[in-house]
Amino acid sequence: MTMIGWLQIILFCVIIVALAKPLGGYMTRVFNGERTFMSPVLRPIEAAIYWVSGVDERREQHWLTYTVAMLLFHVGGFLIIYGVMRLQAMLPFNPADQSAVAPDLSFNTAISFITNTNWQNYGGESTVSYLVQMLGLTHQNFLSAATGIALAVALIRGFSRASVRTVGNFWGDVTRTTLYVLLPICVVYTLFLVWQGIPQTLGAYVDATTLEGAKQTIAVGPVASQVAIKMLGTNGGGFFNANAAHPFENPTALSNFVQMLSIFLIGAAMTNVFGRMVGNQRQGWAILAVMGVLFIAGVAVTYWAEANGTSIMHALGLTGGNMEGKEVRFGIVASSLFAVITTAASCGAVNAMHDSFTALGGMIPLINMQLGEIIIGGVGAGLYGMLLFVVLAIFVAGLMVGRTPEYVGKKIEAREVKMAMLAILVLPLMYLGWTAVGVVYPAAVASMANAGPHGFTEVLYAFTSATGNNGSAFAGLTGNTFFYNLTLASAMFVGRFFMIVPAMAIAGSLAAKKSIPPSAGTFPTTGGLFVGLVVGVILIIGGLTFFPALALGPIVEHLAMNAGNVF
Amino acid sequence: MDTMKLQKRAPTSAMLDPKIVLPAIRASFTKLDPRLMVKNPVMFVVEIVAALTTVIFLRDLVTGGTGLGFTFQIILWLWFTVLFANFAEAVAEGRGKAQAESLRKTRTESQAKLLTGAGQAFKLVAGTSLKVGDIVLVEAGDTIPSDGEVIEGVASVNEAAITGESAPVIRESGGDRSAVTGGTQVLSDWIRVRITAAQGSTFIDRMIKLVEGAERAKTPNEIALNILLAGLTIIFVFATVTIPSYAAYAGGSISVIVLVALFVTLIPTTIGALLSAIGIAGMDRLVRFNVLAMSGRAVEAAGDVDTLLLDKTGTITLGNRQATAFRPVRGVTEQDLADAAQLASLADETPEGRSIVVLAKEKYGIRGRDMAELGATFIPFTAQTRMSGVDAGGSSVRKGAVDAMLNYVGGGAPLAVASGNTARALQPGGLSEVGREVQTIADEISKAGGTPLAVAKDGKLLGVIQLKDIVKGGIRERFAELRRMGIRTIMITGDNPMTAAAIAAEAGVDDFLAQATPEDKLKLIRDEQAKGKLVAMCGDGTNDAPALAQADVGVAMNTGTQAAREAGNMVDLDSNPTKLIEVVEIGKQLLMTRGALTTFSIANDVAKYFAIIPAMFLAFYPQLNVLNIMNLSSPQSAILSAIIFNALIIIALIPLALRGVAYRAVGAGALLRRNLLIYGLGGIVIPFIGIKAIDLVVVALHLA
Repeated sequence: MTMIGWLQIILFCVIIVALAKPLGGYMTRVFNGERTFMSPVLRPIEAAIYWVSGVDERREQHWLTYTVAMLLFHVGGFLIIYGVMRLQAMLPFNPADQSAVAPDLSFNTAISFITNTNWQNYGGESTVSYLVQMLGLTHQNFLSAATGIALAVALIRGFSRASVRTVGNFWGDVTRTTLYVLLPICVVYTLFLVWQGIPQTLGAYVDATTLEGAKQTIAVGPVASQVAIKMLGTNGGGFFNANAAHPFENPTALSNFVQMLSIFLIGAAMTNVFGRMVGNQRQGWAILAVMGVLFIAGVAVTYWAEANGTSIMHALGLTGGNMEGKEVRFGIVASSLFAVITTAASCGAVNAMHDSFTALGGMIPLINMQLGEIIIGGVGAGLYGMLLFVVLAIFVAGLMVGRTPEYVGKKIEAREVKMAMLAILVLPLMYLGWTAVGVVYPAAVASMANAGPHGFTEVLYAFTSATGNNGSAFAGLTGNTFFYNLTLASAMFVGRFFMIVPAMAIAGSLAAKKSIPPSAGTFPTTGGLFVGLVVGVILIIGGLTFFPALALGPIVEHLAMNAGNVF
Repeated sequence: MDTMKLQKRAPTSAMLDPKIVLPAIRASFTKLDPRLMVKNPVMFVVEIVAALTTVIFLRDLVTGGTGLGFTFQIILWLWFTVLFANFAEAVAEGRGKAQAESLRKTRTESQAKLLTGAGQAFKLVAGTSLKVGDIVLVEAGDTIPSDGEVIEGVASVNEAAITGESAPVIRESGGDRSAVTGGTQVLSDWIRVRITAAQGSTFIDRMIKLVEGAERAKTPNEIALNILLAGLTIIFVFATVTIPSYAAYAGGSISVIVLVALFVTLIPTTIGALLSAIGIAGMDRLVRFNVLAMSGRAVEAAGDVDTLLLDKTGTITLGNRQATAFRPVRGVTEQDLADAAQLASLADETPEGRSIVVLAKEKYGIRGRDMAELGATFIPFTAQTRMSGVDAGGSSVRKGAVDAMLNYVGGGAPLAVASGNTARALQPGGLSEVGREVQTIADEISKAGGTPLAVAKDGKLLGVIQLKDIVKGGIRERFAELRRMGIRTIMITGDNPMTAAAIAAEAGVDDFLAQATPEDKLKLIRDEQAKGKLVAMCGDGTNDAPALAQADVGVAMNTGTQAAREAGNMVDLDSNPTKLIEVVEIGKQLLMTRGALTTFSIANDVAKYFAIIPAMFLAFYPQLNVLNIMNLSSPQSAILSAIIFNALIIIALIPLALRGVAYRAVGAGALLRRNLLIYGLGGIVIPFIGIKAIDLVVVALHLA
């Protein structure tokens, strides 16, 4: 580990914290339907969208109506992606003449993109046309991100409103989020990426002649615009198979740094939106602090593990840490940091191969996802996931102040506990359950690239990534098989929607409650004690679930490696 | 302090009392009935698992398996875990049962004198045959046959059966002391009682059911907690049932009994086992404190209270006002005023009158004189004159309400409205100079929270006696404590706003409601509730009933009317309004105990993982022995120690569950920090030590 390395990590954190407040303020205005400096340009477009689609954005919806609207919206999104993938050979913008994508792969990809997972069992440049990339994937990159944010806003309204039956209007929230938040940032961001050297063209792949005289086809396309939203919306689905490790997706150290920032940008700002909407920004900072503590701890472990390398490398005379699977233009710090960020934030873009990380270095991304993608997390999804944990933490320990637990003025009672438990329950069911099948079912075992604990980790990682709607792959595992296409799709679906519906039920139930003014007897939720408590509950409740699996994967691999055994 | 008394009155020695322990041991087994166990999801799961492994064990015993000794011990401890949980509940119930027994004795068969006509004619019937609406005569020596309302007469009644207090209380028709309780005894005089409760639903019947826990419904927090515990149990089902597959991949296998041991140690058995005992003990603490809660929900709500409405008289101030100063007009000495005031009060037997005599004696050395010696005649107070005094030796001394006195000396001035303490209705222009001076002094006294009494001798005003409400000693500190608990206190009084404000400031309440009518009270409660606050109050009169019913915690005084007792959700048998504060503390204690043991239970899992995971996988991943940080001697001893710890901790925590976690009014932040340190951090550390110690014993005894 170097001082420069740590400075880069600290600089990253400082910028994220500094941006959280202004962006949070802007987004709060957007979600409240207030005027912003963008309104003169965007309001006419917004009004036109409502007019065309016949939506009255001021009509408030009950949580159930809101949720059903969201689900219907996703059925549409699913059909579009599935349709264009199956029919891409007959549709325009297909200069590479890609043929129709197989049904199971199309199914997996459609689920993957509507759930904001962007798990890639397909190879971008070798499987899909530009039309699929733009109409199917980039389009869902925007809308699944906007949906996550809208749902988080609806849950925040549950906390901030009192004695009402409604949580907002889904169509209005999604439209405003896309128009006022995602699109403007992406326009500027895309231009920046083009400047950094990322292609943005509808032209065909380019043929080049190498120094040896061989012919090489270089894949290009409308890359920059997709990369922008893939990062900002924590989607993570790369234009190319190599994702952010590909020079055309992430050409420079600067583009890498800005891409890392853009992964956390909205998620961090959402905590400020939460604080503002519940009337006390410190509530938002406390949530961000919980995320920050877990994040920095993760970064420290991974950076330490990668910078130190392994005893086996040392025995071979290799010094300077573990560079296997990393891009030289990024190095150990930027790769370690990127890996932790992308898994903490449910993005899933990768600039290095996590499979090649040391056992412990690769364990952190795994843990980040197993905790439920709540360390910043997916845009919106991270916040509502975190709030579910807060509800549980407040309930467990809040009784210890001698009152019915309450959070930002709302009593946490049976219904909230039931729903939070339900949402948190499905995560281990998916990743532990499918892993248990995946490591013994012969058709699935064939997909593993490595034996022993490392192979086990590959399977566990895949299902964890899918359940957490992260989408990053450990690599090594062959995912494009009938078994994995279907099981991973089910994990992604359950991990997304079985969390959303209970979270929305909580939103509805909270909105209907009275708001209790704080007193000296109220559990204080803005201080270090609260932060420590939530971190503890997350680590213990989360950790207890997957400790056995971790012991059999990365932990035993690490111990075995120190004893000279590799897998 | 009262809280100390509370602790003392709830001894934790119940676990050592053979009268409670022996039946509780028996009950531990009868409670194994799955129909009863199913109410407690966590322990029900343990029972199922214990039963299944027992069946497997018996099968292996027949077919001849290996390692049966180890399996047998694990199964034994699984059953102990369930039995210990049942034992905890039975001990908690046992304390109530003993109390119910003594209550039952009072409910002996009695004869009732059922009035048959308008006169005194009655016929003797069995007490049990009385119906609601029947009118009975109860005379000296009779036991009141059932709950009712006195409709005629006055009697002294011994209510020791329910309150434990042997001093008799007065029960009379009309007013706020008209309720009588079945099973109590009339000591003197007679009363006619209209029966208001049918047999089986009388106060004592309800009391018996409550203390026995027969009608215990789960409280809202308990339900939520049960959901959490059930959820955690399901998560651990996932965590354990997937392990065999992982082991198979690694080329090993794991026996059912080891998986079961891991599962049972991970699920929150500690809190699962103690949850109902905590609830029962909370109710029991209230009962020991002579407060009957009609539901566990009310006890829980008490912990959540944000606003406390307290009546001024009797709660914040002593019942009576006392003279604190003599304020003469110009040209009159204090000595003269004191002398006249004392003379006027010699025959005044009211507490106020006596306090004037005492003050004159203490402050000015004026000794009490004998009325007869002076040849004085006493002029008593009447509602018409609103003054009293003495005529002696040709001179007359009077004291009374200021407006009445001004009227008396002024001759023709118009009478003030009767309600105020000051004579604002009088035209200042119509007063003499002395009259205006008295008026000024009186206003000052009112503003300071006192009551003025004017004194005149031979038609000439001498000055004003200052009477003051005496705020109870230590009450200010109690309110400060409540403020630290985050509870706002509001004083309710019939006084005018000026007086009320002064007393409120002196007592240190946060707010007050002056000239309060029952409607005002009800409105205040509704307003507070609209702001999301929970309100507690106590009351005794029929006109308090709507407010008692509206309040989230309504404590009715046992001396109060039947209507008030029906409307409240708690009854204070001692009729001590200050007790509301302790009720709140007991509610908080109940919630805290649940939270503390839940946190402890979950935190325990960390150590159990470190005990069992390395032991479980050692056969095929020997490297994992690094995780055996407790250095337990063998896989078998590690697993056995974890399951033994898991069972014994239940027994170890029963006293805490019964006693409750100590509550301190230090603010939520400090309280949480302290409890997190003890039960959170302690919950992580203690099992590491405990499991290691048990492992040493297990090895020493060659159990594994």
